[in-house]
Amino acid sequence: MNDIAQARAPAAIGAEGFLARYAGLRARLPGDETRRDAAAESFRARGLPTRRDEAWKYTDLRPVAALAFHEPLLATDTDFKLPPAPGARLVFVDGRFREDASRLPDGAAFTPFARAPRFDALARPEAHPLVALNTMLAEDGAVLTVPDGVDAGLVELVSIGAGGTRHPAAFHPRHAIRLGRGAQMTLLETLIGEGVYLHNPVMSVMVAEGAALAHVRLQNESQAAFHLATVYAGIAEGGTYDGFTLNLGARLCRTEIHTRLHGPGGAAHLNAAQVLRGVQHGDVTTVVAHDAPNCASRQTVKNVLDGRARGVFQGRIEVAQAAQKTDGYQMNQALLLSPDAEVDSKPELRIFADDVKCSHGATVGALDPDQLFYLRTRGVPEIEARAMLVRAFLDEALTLVSHPAARAALDGALSAWWEQETA
Amino acid sequence: MLRIENLTASIADKPILKGIDLEVPQGEVHAIMGPNGSGKSTLSYVLAGREDYEVTGGSATFDGRELLGMEPEERAALGVFLAFQYPVELPGVGNANFLRTALNAQRRARGEAELDAVQFLKMARAELKRLAMPDDMLKRNVNVGFSGGEKKRNEVLQMAILRPRLAILDETDSGLDIDALKIVAEGVNALRGPDFSALVITHYQRLLEHIVPDRVHVLAGGRIVRSGGPELAHELEARGYADMAAEAA
Ligand SMILES: Nc1ncnc2c1ncn2[C@@H]1O[C@H](COP(=O)(O)OP(=O)(O)OP(=O)(O)O)[C@@H](O)[C@H]1O
Ligand SMILES: [Mg+2]
Repeated sequence: MNDIAQARAPAAIGAEGFLARYAGLRARLPGDETRRDAAAESFRARGLPTRRDEAWKYTDLRPVAALAFHEPLLATDTDFKLPPAPGARLVFVDGRFREDASRLPDGAAFTPFARAPRFDALARPEAHPLVALNTMLAEDGAVLTVPDGVDAGLVELVSIGAGGTRHPAAFHPRHAIRLGRGAQMTLLETLIGEGVYLHNPVMSVMVAEGAALAHVRLQNESQAAFHLATVYAGIAEGGTYDGFTLNLGARLCRTEIHTRLHGPGGAAHLNAAQVLRGVQHGDVTTVVAHDAPNCASRQTVKNVLDGRARGVFQGRIEVAQAAQKTDGYQMNQALLLSPDAEVDSKPELRIFADDVKCSHGATVGALDPDQLFYLRTRGVPEIEARAMLVRAFLDEALTLVSHPAARAALDGALSAWWEQETA
Repeated sequence: MLRIENLTASIADKPILKGIDLEVPQGEVHAIMGPNGSGKSTLSYVLAGREDYEVTGGSATFDGRELLGMEPEERAALGVFLAFQYPVELPGVGNANFLRTALNAQRRARGEAELDAVQFLKMARAELKRLAMPDDMLKRNVNVGFSGGEKKRNEVLQMAILRPRLAILDETDSGLDIDALKIVAEGVNALRGPDFSALVITHYQRLLEHIVPDRVHVLAGGRIVRSGGPELAHELEARGYADMAAEAA
């Protein structure tokens, strides 16, 4: 790079430390070195996203850039307690698979990424710096395949950030979920942890013809952690990706979901709720690409924000010329529990077909004093009444989670949140 | 016994109640009638504890305890119930959950045992039946999509389940069909007894044929301008409020 180019290019932030880790680890990391090197080059050029990037206008990663992250220590004796598993459970501690704590699924084939390190074509490191960072440093992850016609039932994917080392740890798990033709699965991701760490997972999901994946994410990371997740989903003819994300934890979190409906009659549901307080920042960013006709996309996104919390929702629907009879729906609502809370909402429709039905709406409000009063005249104490109304607000989104165990996990986490809120 | 003395209240600095004096002895049912905008709903909101009304003077005691400083939920636990003129919709809150939460909150506040889901449903179904309401009322969200009359009936259902000691019914008869009016009146009459009193706000004599009041009061211009027996309601039906409003002025 010559001097002029260097002077002109905006400084790439937060890259150096990660690139130094990569230089040290390169020989030990599994899988295709050329892919990793290419990702490293791309990351070197761009660094972490900054608010100058249109897609990152509302989310500032400087707090991530300011920290020196190291790879996690080998946490062989990390203590953690999990409720008993109702079925299959894959546990990762600091991004590394822990066979001793896991129960392998019956219906799906599982391999840790460390033993089957393949980078598929869905993820785009050249377009997304965090995916480049992940590609460069990915060590492990869940590679899950459900064969044609099989219903794998509920599979839990648990990530625990152990924290507790001298330097904050960063881990970049690489997950790949494949559903064969007509296959089904409910994947319940639970993300928890302690202390300061960066969790930067990338997941690619391939839904074959007529298959259906329910993907429920319960992001309940440590309140000091950074959670930056990218999900890519490709949906074939008649397939369904039914996604739900609940962002409860982390100091700063971004869930970025890219879905592509590439066969006719597919469905993508990208529902989410963020329930944040204090100085938490939560960002749900979604892109639905309608490439084929007769597909439906549905999004109900709810934000409940207290304290000085900030919630971001960016939702883009792209309808290609071939995608006639597209049915797109997007609803984004925010409930502000405090005058200092803030929400930013950016819907975006890019429509190149003429016979489509796309609607979006956004609302921002506070708790309704008439509703509060009504409940209180019935004897419900104020705190309980507020909790009831918040739950009622979230209900429209939560009812979209149909698997009872997944729904129960979300409800449980929300109850615990509310207990802390009123303690 | 509800005792209101020289009660004055404003909303947005505009005086609405201008010195209300009213006594409802325990066991009695009193009716309040009066022109639109005279302050009837304001009085009921003030008694229930709504925050945007500023009480500027006077007192309102129930069984000797001052209501005016209490939180709305404390008043409810004491047995005060307001059936709203315009019941509030609660999207996302199931009616059964709402009613059980309310009942148990009151029971807890009074140091009584809470009802479990089974006990509650049994009791709620029995009340529904008495009020000739369909069972699916319990499954629906509170007042959401209810017709005007259904909302009023739902208020009466809440009253039947919560069993207040003082019920304030703000135009609960408006919007009810003739059969529903009778059912609602029976619901109120079923609660009548030595430990139940009620303030029934209405524009129509017809309700008072079914719920025969001990006393009738006329509220006009923020004051009680006349009180009398049930026959006063007939008189009003025939003559209107015109001369009384003049008296109040
Ligand atoms: N939020 C408010 N802001 C300003 N004025 C108000 C407000 N609420 C009530 N008022 C006024 O207070 C007065 C009394 O209203 P209230 O609802 O108590 O009357 P009401 O006797 O119940 O009438 P109706 O028979 O029509 O139900 C009215 O003039 C009304 O416009
Ligand atoms: Mg009124």
